[in-house]
Order: sequence, then structure tokens, then C-alpha cells
Amino acid sequence: MELTTVWFLLVAVLFTGYFVLEGFDFGVGMLLPVLGRDDRERRVLINTIGPVWDGNEVWLITAGGAMFAAFPEWYATLFSGFYLPLLLILLALIARGVAFEYRHKRPEASWKRRWDTAIFVGSLLPAVLWGVAFANILRGVPLTADHEYAGGLLDLLHPYALLGGVTTLGLFLTHGAVFLALKTTGDIRERAGALAVKVGAGTAVVAVAFLVWTLSIRSSGAAVVLAAGAALALLAGVAAARVRREGWAFTGTAVAIALAVATLFAALFPNVLPSTLDAAGTLTATNAASTPYTLKIMTWVAVVFTPIVLAYQGWTYWVFRKRIGVQNIPQH
Amino acid sequence: MHSWGFQVDALDVARWQFGVTTVYHFLFVPLTIGLSVLVAILQTLWHRTGNERYLKLTKFYGKLFLINFAMGVVTGIVQEFQFGMNWSDYSRFVGDVFGAPLAIEALVAFFLESTFIGLWIFGWDRLPKRLHLAAIWAAAIGTNLSAYFILAANSFMQNPVGYRINPDTGRAELTDFVAVLTNKVALITFPHTLAGAFLVAGSLIVAVGLWHVIRGPGGADTDAYRFATKFGSWVVLVSAALVLFTGDIQGKIMTQVQPMKMAAAEGLYTTESPASFSVLTVGSLDGSREIFAIKIPHLLSYLGTGDPNGTVHGINDLQAQYATQYGAGSYTPIIPVTYWSFRFMIALGMAAAAIALLVLWTQRKGRAPTSRWLLRAGLVMPVLPLLANSFGWIFTEMGRQPWIVFGEMLTRNGVSRSVSLAEVLTSFTAFTLIYATLAVIEFKLLVRYAKAGVPDVTPEPAADDDAERPLAFAY
Repeated sequence: MELTTVWFLLVAVLFTGYFVLEGFDFGVGMLLPVLGRDDRERRVLINTIGPVWDGNEVWLITAGGAMFAAFPEWYATLFSGFYLPLLLILLALIARGVAFEYRHKRPEASWKRRWDTAIFVGSLLPAVLWGVAFANILRGVPLTADHEYAGGLLDLLHPYALLGGVTTLGLFLTHGAVFLALKTTGDIRERAGALAVKVGAGTAVVAVAFLVWTLSIRSSGAAVVLAAGAALALLAGVAAARVRREGWAFTGTAVAIALAVATLFAALFPNVLPSTLDAAGTLTATNAASTPYTLKIMTWVAVVFTPIVLAYQGWTYWVFRKRIGVQNIPQH
Repeated sequence: MHSWGFQVDALDVARWQFGVTTVYHFLFVPLTIGLSVLVAILQTLWHRTGNERYLKLTKFYGKLFLINFAMGVVTGIVQEFQFGMNWSDYSRFVGDVFGAPLAIEALVAFFLESTFIGLWIFGWDRLPKRLHLAAIWAAAIGTNLSAYFILAANSFMQNPVGYRINPDTGRAELTDFVAVLTNKVALITFPHTLAGAFLVAGSLIVAVGLWHVIRGPGGADTDAYRFATKFGSWVVLVSAALVLFTGDIQGKIMTQVQPMKMAAAEGLYTTESPASFSVLTVGSLDGSREIFAIKIPHLLSYLGTGDPNGTVHGINDLQAQYATQYGAGSYTPIIPVTYWSFRFMIALGMAAAAIALLVLWTQRKGRAPTSRWLLRAGLVMPVLPLLANSFGWIFTEMGRQPWIVFGEMLTRNGVSRSVSLAEVLTSFTAFTLIYATLAVIEFKLLVRYAKAGVPDVTPEPAADDDAERPLAFAY
């Protein structure tokens, strides 16, 4: 396999990991005002992701770094072209990350309310905007022959991209609700499970529409299979949530998100950012790539360190595997 | 050429944004680097001795560390995104070389740091004691390793090595990754930056400890605070010595690889051998000649070359040489900025060391410090090396100008062409506002938790049912 293909796959894997992991973090953040009826309940919700959210976010930083190192043209064009959406994502991630750490640092209700808002908005914005961004990557954006983005903000906000935003929003909400049903006890668990079924059913409709639209824009055999798998996994996940098989439900939504992201990358390949303006502007895994030497070094580093990272992150989830409930929240 | 007029373009704003967000990010980095290790040492002391005062200090300074850590993490994401968002032509030019250390940093160091910090924060009752101690060490190692890769990337901008320019694409391509990682600028900047970070972290430990020693109610915990004050002071003194030692070597390397930066640091206009060190030089506003100066003979020659009679090149000669080499244009940084930031860096860092000496002196042979003046000095102490860090970065980045990669790419050629002035003004305003707000919140929280003092570490009575047990730590 060409090293450029290997790195296309690795970038896809990193974004997949990011959306599967931070997907439920975003879901939990958005469900904070919905499922957390008082401060203790909200603390339960936040503490289900407390030990892991930061590690989950590093998937994004690694994906960004991998893109920069392996496909500098892709990174440069995409990040400068999607300037304002990325700015909003950054501001959201800043507010949300600080909110997790600072919310419990003062007892006043007004203090906590503000941070709750930061967590909610800081989770909602990226949940929508990542969908908008990836739909645009797939559909293509106006690029000049020297790979500069030639559109404006409004060129990114067409119906297909907005449907992409609603799809990731729905997927992350469902994923978050299922995760909460898996990680909590008592009343919250019941409500999270019931909500997962409702939101999941609606999301399935939206997601199928989005995937069909995606495949009508560009497609490949693998993309069709992956899209079908994503839809089935989501339905299976929702069905499992209905019968309270929470482990299976979480597996279902996780696989659904992974396959949906994989669908986008499979449909995109070998392009990485198609141009809707000048065909010469289209970025591919070949013309956007770094030199074979850089890719070779990066491959060795990835081969050695990715299993280590997966091992210790997996172990962290094992350490914090227990469910928590309001009875576990300390007074102070 | 820098303009003094009011005409602002996207390039200026992008540069200001990079400067503001980077200096801001680096307000949190030194404490994260330094305190992660110092807290790990305190926890190790508890582990080894079983003495409760070390556990109290671990938890106490650990809290301050975490309040700061959160800010470092979230402002760090901006840094990685900003290269692509605002400096896309730079990213295209260097991505093949510069991207690799950033990606490796995320995969090798940042995952380690972020995952193990979560384990440490929430793992007090979930992990065996030894593993919990290992978690803080893993986080600390991740943090320090992270600094290495970032500094290796930065050092490529100062002293590009291990690459060639592809004549077809005009881009830098990696030819020797080991050379990039062992760039002599990176090898010396790493210990210098680490020592600077420990200067800040040690100072914070002293300031908080001293406040409790002098203002506190006395009692059982005074012993812990007195230990912290001495421990922090020694950290500061050792770090200060290392800062000087590494800074001296750095100066010599800088004289070789970026002679203009050394000349700009000194406001040295004409080539001299031997060259004097300027204690104070006042230059003309356009930075082309000196008006007034106080100097120490031979010192600059020694600092720059190791030989008291060595030749140090002056700004005017270097400017003429670069104009011949790279084409007409100004290759001179803004001299007042480099000159003063260099001096502030040294003076502020050394002031912290002086206060640390004073603190140790007042505690000699079991004496208890009481002076209100000492307390005031102690309280400003962490701010001094923190600003020294900021000035150090301002110096090293402004001293590199007008280059974004020395000798290869001008800063003005690296900026994103597709990002409008309105867009970059929007982001600059948004970052400034959110950063300013968070700075106030963060500072108040630090003060609040610093005043609250060491926690009670008596273990909670064990609950009968494990599922009912409250978490040892919860958000």
C-alpha cells in the first residue's frame, strides 16, 4: 500500500476515534440541562466523563497534527478555508474544557449555572459544526488552482452541510444518552435510556437521509457497505437501548459513528478536499502529501506508539468502569 | 519594515493574534511543566516517608496545579490550529518538516499527559498507591516531553536544519529527522525553557507557603508550609543557576546561527572585536544608530564567542550583508523590543532568585520569618519569572523577524491569503475577550485556593457498601 494511502487511513482512524470518544462527551454536555435536574444530578453527568474527556480530546489534536505532518496542503487549505467555523469550535472547546475543571470550584449557584451554560453551548456548537465541516469536505468547496479557498462563510452553509450538522448533533446526543445509561445508576439511568431511544429513532431517519445524500454526491463500493453498516448499527443500538442492554446499545452507537465517519472518508478517497471551482484545485491524498521520507518516519512512530496509547487509554476506561449515581457525589 | 502608521492589514492582526495567544498560552505552560514534577516529588516524599505533611502539600499544590493545567490545555489547541488557520502558506512551506514534531508531540507526549492526569485526579481511591504515584510521574514526563517536541519545531524556525528546498515546489522537505530533533538550538533551548519553568513553579510554591507561614494561624500545618517555602526556594535557586548556565550557551549558539538576533539583543550597531556588553543603550527610534550607552568592556565578546576579544557582528554590517544575500529589504528586528525584552528577561528571572535567597536566609537555623516586606516580596515573586518567560519568548520570536523561518521564508509570506482582515479581526477580538475573562477567573480561583491552605487528609470512614461510597474526587 502507498504510504499516502496509509496516512489517509490513519487520519480517518484518528478522526473516527475522536468522534466516537468525544462524541459521547459532547452528548453528555448537551444533555446536562435535560437530564440533570439539580446540581447533584448534573455532577453525576459531568463525572461520568470527568476522568476521560481530556484524553478523548487529544484524538483531535493528534488528528490535526497528523494532517499537518502527512498532508500539509490539506491542513493549510482546510484550516484557513474553514476559518470561522473552526474559530467557533475552538472557542467552544476552550469554554467547555475550563468549565469542567472550574464548575465545582465555587459553591454559588450562579457560578455553577454559568459554567453549565458553557458546557452546554461548548458541546452543542462543535457537535453541529463538525458535521457541517465534514459534509463540506465531502461535497467539495470552491478552491483555486493553487489550492486557496475562494468561498466565504455562506458557501459552507448549504442544505447538505446543514443536514450533516443535524446528523452529528443527533448521533452525539444519542451516543451521549446511551453512554449515560451505561455509566449511571438510579433515576438518571432510566431517563437517559428512555431519551436515547427517542432521540436515536429520530437520528436514524436523519442519518440515513444524510448518508444517502452523501452517496449520491460521491460514492464507492466500500462507502455503500459502510453506510449500510452505520445505519444498521444505529438501529441495533437503539433497539438494544429499548430493551436496556446498555453495553450493546453503546457498542451500537459507537460502531454507527465509526462507520458513518468511515463512509465519508471512503467516499472521499482518493480526494481529500475536492474543488467545486477549478478542477486543478482539488486536493488528493497524493498531491497534498508530504514526502515519502516524512511519511516513513511518521509511520514508524505511529506503529510503535498507537498501540501503547490505545492500551493505556483502554486501561483508563477499565479503571473508571463503575457506574456512578447521586449517592457517590461527595458533599464538598 | 514595520509601519508606525494606523493602516492595519490582515498580516499585522494575524501577527498580533499569534503573539497574544502564544504569550498567553505560555503563562500556563511553565507552571504545568514545573508543578507537575514538583507535585510528583512531593507525592514521592509522602510515599517514601509516610509523613502526612507531604500528602497535604501534594493535594494542596496539586489543586493549584490543576486550576492552571486546564488553561494550558485549552489554550494549547488554539496554537496547533492557528498555523493552518492564519499561517497557511507557512504551513504549506514547512509542513513536511514542521508537522512531524507536532504530530509526534500529540501522539507520544500529549496523550500520556492528558490520560494520566485524569487517572491521577480521579484515581486517589481507584488505584493502588504505587500506581497512583506512577500516574503523576507519567503525566509529568508527558508534559516535559511535550515541551521537547514543540521546542524542536520552534528551533527549526530559528535555525533550519535537516531539510532541503525542493526546486520544483519551492517547499522545505525533510531530509534528516534526527538532525531536526538534535538541532543544537533545540538541545539548549529545552533545558533553558525547563529551568525557566521551574523558576516559576518554585516561586509559586514559595509565595503560597510564605503567605501561610507569616499570615497563617500557626498550628500543626506551619511545619508543612515552612518545608514548602524552603523546598520552593531551593528549586528557584537551582533553576536560576541552570537558567544562567544554559542561557550562556544559548547566547553563543545564537551568535553563530542568528547573529542578527544577538546584535539586536545588545543594540550593537557596528561590528566590534572586542565587543562590550551594553547595560543600557538608547538608540534612535528607527533603530539605525545609538544615541547613548553604558557598557562593560569585553563582556559581549565573551558571552557571544567565549573569547573576551572575539568579534561580534553589528546590526548595520549584518543588514548590509543580508541585503546582498537575500535581496533589498530590512532584515533588522525592532531593536527596542529585542533589546528591552532581553534585559527584562534576565533581570526579572534573577530578581526571583534574589528573593529566594532572602527567604532561605530568614529561615536559617529554624528561624521563623515575620517581616511584612518579605511577605510582599514573596507574593510578587511568581510574577517575576513568569514575566521573564514571556519576555524570553517575545525576544526569541521578535528577534527572528522579519523571518518566519530564518533565511528561508519571510513572516509576511507565511500568512493565509484566503483569510480576510474582517475574519482575523473577529478571531483576534474573540480570543482576546475570552482569554482576558478567563485570566481574571483563573487568577481569582488560584488566590482562593492558595488562601484556603492545605486540606485535611484524614481518611473518610469506609462505607459498608462499596457502591454507596462517595468518590474521593468529583468535579
